[in-house]
Amino acid sequence: MPVKPAVSVVASPAAEKTTPSSPAPVSPVREFLNTRGSGRLADTSFAALMLACACSIFVIVLFIFWILIQNSHLSLAAFGWKFFTREAWDPVSGDFGALPFIYGTLATSLLALAMAVPLALGVAIFLTELCPRPLRAPISFLTELLAAIPSVVYGLWAVFVLVPIMRDTLGPFLVKTLGWTGFFEGANFGVGLLTASIILAIMILPIISSLTRDIMTAVPHSQREAVLALGATRWEMIRIGVLRNSRIGIVGAVMLGLGRALGETMAVTMVIGNHPEIHKSLFAPGYTLASVIANEFAEATGDLYYSALIEIGLALFLVTIVVNAVARLMVWAVTRGAPSRAS
Amino acid sequence: MGVGIQVEDLNAWYGSTHTLQDINLHIPANHATALIGPSGCGKSTFVRCLNRMHETNPIARATGVVKMGEIDIYREASPVEIRRRVGMVFQRPNPFPTMSIYDNVISGLKLNGFRNRRILDETVERSLKQAALWEEVKDDLKKKSGASLSGGQQQRMCIARALAVDPEVLLMDEPASALDPVSTSKIEDLIFQLKTQYTIVIVTHNMQQAARVAENTGFFLNGKLVEFDSTHKIFTNPRDKRTEDYITGRFG
Repeated sequence: MPVKPAVSVVASPAAEKTTPSSPAPVSPVREFLNTRGSGRLADTSFAALMLACACSIFVIVLFIFWILIQNSHLSLAAFGWKFFTREAWDPVSGDFGALPFIYGTLATSLLALAMAVPLALGVAIFLTELCPRPLRAPISFLTELLAAIPSVVYGLWAVFVLVPIMRDTLGPFLVKTLGWTGFFEGANFGVGLLTASIILAIMILPIISSLTRDIMTAVPHSQREAVLALGATRWEMIRIGVLRNSRIGIVGAVMLGLGRALGETMAVTMVIGNHPEIHKSLFAPGYTLASVIANEFAEATGDLYYSALIEIGLALFLVTIVVNAVARLMVWAVTRGAPSRAS
Repeated sequence: MGVGIQVEDLNAWYGSTHTLQDINLHIPANHATALIGPSGCGKSTFVRCLNRMHETNPIARATGVVKMGEIDIYREASPVEIRRRVGMVFQRPNPFPTMSIYDNVISGLKLNGFRNRRILDETVERSLKQAALWEEVKDDLKKKSGASLSGGQQQRMCIARALAVDPEVLLMDEPASALDPVSTSKIEDLIFQLKTQYTIVIVTHNMQQAARVAENTGFFLNGKLVEFDSTHKIFTNPRDKRTEDYITGRFG
């Protein structure tokens, strides 16, 4: 069957290996580039340097871990691993346990996350998708300004503003509406787990919202257009085109916020009540790992007391690691099998 | 001046996918060579093997011999050295948005530490003229960002950027597929001009384009080079039935 070419051919038949008619002089640019080395040594040393930087993180973490173990050996010997599950904290009779502090730390941090994450997502979505352009910069600036306020100032503000509000307005309101849950019982002095959680939420809001905003801004515009062109509403576009694409980054932002909440000391110490007890009621005073170290380290008389406080530091270290690991596992479980974004 | 490229038993993989199988061909110096074939047939992988860009993907690997002039690029040179001698133009224009047009064009020289002002100025003018963009941008070379140009201008600027280092080989991976007909024909004119000085390898989906600019054409299918011959022969009297089916539009 004769071939009917689909295209007209104008190119001339190929010539094999013709030598150029006049050997052109090598240009100065080419001449210069040909003198350049392979950069192999520079590339290798750069890689080695970067590897060293990365390794320094491991070294620092191991070093901290080692020092904590080293300095808490008295308490480790006295209470063993049970230290982390004991409720006692009695410096006078030398009876120590970390459970109330672990509870206080986890409860305040998780509550703070529960309050801060929706708010932070709202701020980020508003800033990237809905905010009129002239307002964008001022609002971004203000959120980032929140992050720059020292934590003791948050603490002072909480003592003078948040505590009275909790005691006189918000507390009674919660008792009336949600008292049946059992989370809002007992005497309400304004200081306690809930107040500490609220101040923590305010403190981690800027970090989560500004990171989330950056991540959402990085989602390509074509993704938004693709969803909108399918007839999506604005909310659907945000959900499918923006949030879905940035979910891994948002989890990272939340993790950073959680890390800050777990370790936050000053503001929490000022409003949590500093009482090592475990109560279901969020009005009850509590104590966090970081707070007890800050409060009692200077007056830790006796080697066992000192050692127990160091072990509280070890507990904080372990809690942070475990919480982060659990969070990663959750992310992995949720996104397993789902297509990730090819880069 | 360009150099010829000799490819022997080239195989390439993405993960466990065998994307190129036993490719053998000779690309002559100072000519344009077109590579055609349906999507996913391995043409892009093939050109990326010619400047060792293929291996920048962590799951990719390649075996075989690619000789650029006298140099076996997989054994006798580092990827960095090879890419200094081989220019590449991508499917979508990829200007550096934070650089002016001027800085975009000389970025390949700047990163190598070339500082002679006079030669830099000359190189910008020469490459932009070669890329047929000089007249359109000469008044705001240092004022405008490379990303502020139109798509066709951006692509010509990327060609100028590739030409500024005075490469021996110019690889073009569907350089006109994102462009309008006017820009496309400008780029084809360009290839026609440039091929006397550079060895050009161009991947294209557009068979008329292959016919217009290239002396030789290779037809890829499912990772194999089905046929490689003069463009005239490929389009008028192909040896292989599959080539004939493809160019007459019976499949693909």
